[in-house]
Amino acid sequence: MFSRAYRSLVSIPPLFWVAAFLLLPYALMFAHSLWAVREGVIVHHWNLSNYKTLFSNPVYAEVLFRTMRIAASVTICSLLLGYPLAYYLAFHAGQRKELLYQLVVVPLWVSYLVRGYAWKTILGSDGVLNGFLQYLHITHEPVGFFLYSPFAVVLVLTHIYTPFVFLPIYAALEHIPRPLLEASQDLGAGSVQTFWRVIVPLSTPGLLAGATFAFVLSLGDFLAPLLVGGPSGTMIANVVQSLFGAAFDWPLGAAISVGILVITIFLLFLSELLEKRWAFK
Amino acid sequence: MSASPANPPEQDTAESAALLEVRNVAKRFGAVDVLKNISLSLGAGEFLTLLGESGSGKTTLLRLIAGFEQPSSGEIWMSGARLDLLPPYKRRVNTVFQNYALFPHLSAHDNIAYGLRVKGTEASEVSNRVEEALRMVKMQEFAGSRPSKLSGGQQQRIALARALVNRPQLLLLDEPLSALDANLRKQMQSELKALQREIGITFLFVTHDQEEAMALSDRIALLRDGALEQVASPREIYAHPATAYTAQFIGQTNLLRGEIRGSIASCGALCWPVEEADGPVIFSLRPEAIRICPDGQRQTSEVKFRAAVRQQFYSGSTELLEVDCGSGQTLRVRVPARGPLAGEHEFVFSMADAIRVEEGTKEVSSKQITS
Repeated sequence: MFSRAYRSLVSIPPLFWVAAFLLLPYALMFAHSLWAVREGVIVHHWNLSNYKTLFSNPVYAEVLFRTMRIAASVTICSLLLGYPLAYYLAFHAGQRKELLYQLVVVPLWVSYLVRGYAWKTILGSDGVLNGFLQYLHITHEPVGFFLYSPFAVVLVLTHIYTPFVFLPIYAALEHIPRPLLEASQDLGAGSVQTFWRVIVPLSTPGLLAGATFAFVLSLGDFLAPLLVGGPSGTMIANVVQSLFGAAFDWPLGAAISVGILVITIFLLFLSELLEKRWAFK
Repeated sequence: MSASPANPPEQDTAESAALLEVRNVAKRFGAVDVLKNISLSLGAGEFLTLLGESGSGKTTLLRLIAGFEQPSSGEIWMSGARLDLLPPYKRRVNTVFQNYALFPHLSAHDNIAYGLRVKGTEASEVSNRVEEALRMVKMQEFAGSRPSKLSGGQQQRIALARALVNRPQLLLLDEPLSALDANLRKQMQSELKALQREIGITFLFVTHDQEEAMALSDRIALLRDGALEQVASPREIYAHPATAYTAQFIGQTNLLRGEIRGSIASCGALCWPVEEADGPVIFSLRPEAIRICPDGQRQTSEVKFRAAVRQQFYSGSTELLEVDCGSGQTLRVRVPARGPLAGEHEFVFSMADAIRVEEGTKEVSSKQITS
């Protein structure tokens, strides 16, 4: 239908985009991970010592492990918030649906940074939460662990990523044909049985997509730990950032990035596989 | 919802065989009266069809019986107990949905097993009964297939098996054949009818297709704008339509509008003696009740007229003629296939075949709706 010349012409911009902003940076990152730093200068000396350091120094494994734990907590918390919310909106919100949907989505338009700072003012020693607790005489001095802890990181990331979990689940629930729910009732299932036997299986692809969003985005997050994490809430992306910044060890930073990339690709692959397993068309 | 009567309803002998009774049921959606004072009873083992155009309320009535909607007033009784107060999952009623509503994440086998498993039936009994149901609809080899891998007709069979495996007292079928192509539809009609005879379960079937209703039903309940127009057996409703609407909806007919004066009915160019009081009148005259009369001879009970053939529609064994009997009065005549016709001919029909019908705008009272 279209000439060959036309087809190759329109494929240039996307190909250029992928090459310039995806393949090239990844190639550079991968190359850096195999180089070394000698006396404050990056030398193009091919070696695997960065990867050896990564596996031999327990600090990196510890931070990576903590990062995964935080990402898993964020995933679970945002699923626990996002699924019931999506369920309510899809099946029981009635005329309030449109308004509630907007209320969930609007925060996505507010800068991440603003939301992070908002949590800082809520959780800090002089913050809103501590002031409130003291006003009620529940505590008598500021509670320190609200801010600068893994807890604070999980809280902020859950707040930020719950809409990302909500959206695919909501879409999946909205797509369940309503006659299926009537058929379930007609065959003798009450609402609890209908939920577990029909609604949950049919919304599983959305749930997996949401969980993948939350986990992968949390895994690479560095702003939340920077703002509210403190030393005990440091995540792997903060390590990478400092290696590329103050520590000036780009090769080691690149090696860690490659490691995160491999984990992420594995997770996406797994999620894709599971979603296919649960897709019914 | 209206208050339930203090005493259980007294049932006379005619009604005691009734499985389902719909009593003065009305349904309003906002300002719209979707159903107006419907009363209908269904005998055990009967095949009753709710027939009507879209928007006539037939699906709503089915949904009230299934329990997906609540009546605005009136009651529904089944086997001597109130049905309309039960949630759908407690009713011994199963439904075959219009687009089957098979669970896409379950195999054909598991779709059929759903109702049994939900009720906590023992695994061995589940597999026995599912097997039996699959055999009944001739789908054993598709037990493991997901609905998306099945054709429309196969999905239809699974939907039927999924409902019947629960051994309902009453099976509701909501236009179950409307998504199938014409040939498959005919085949499924015949299988459905055979199945219903075999298992003896009461069927309440919804359709807008009058031919389907005629072919399948023991009785037809014709709905019009939320009210019952006529309830009768297919033969009865065809031979003696109560209203002009029924006569036109069930099969083809000629509606002859005219008046009776001095024991003579005159409708346009046609007139014949009747023994009825004076006044305006409508007769229904089926096209096949009129025949060509080549020799010009008529019996005393017949009406003869001369008319010009305007159109001729050939349909194999018969052909339909549109004839003009003067002053623009057009009649449809169905005759055995006989080759091209033109010009004027003599036609006759028996006076007994001109059935007097009502205008039918008023609501039909419930006493006309006896089983």
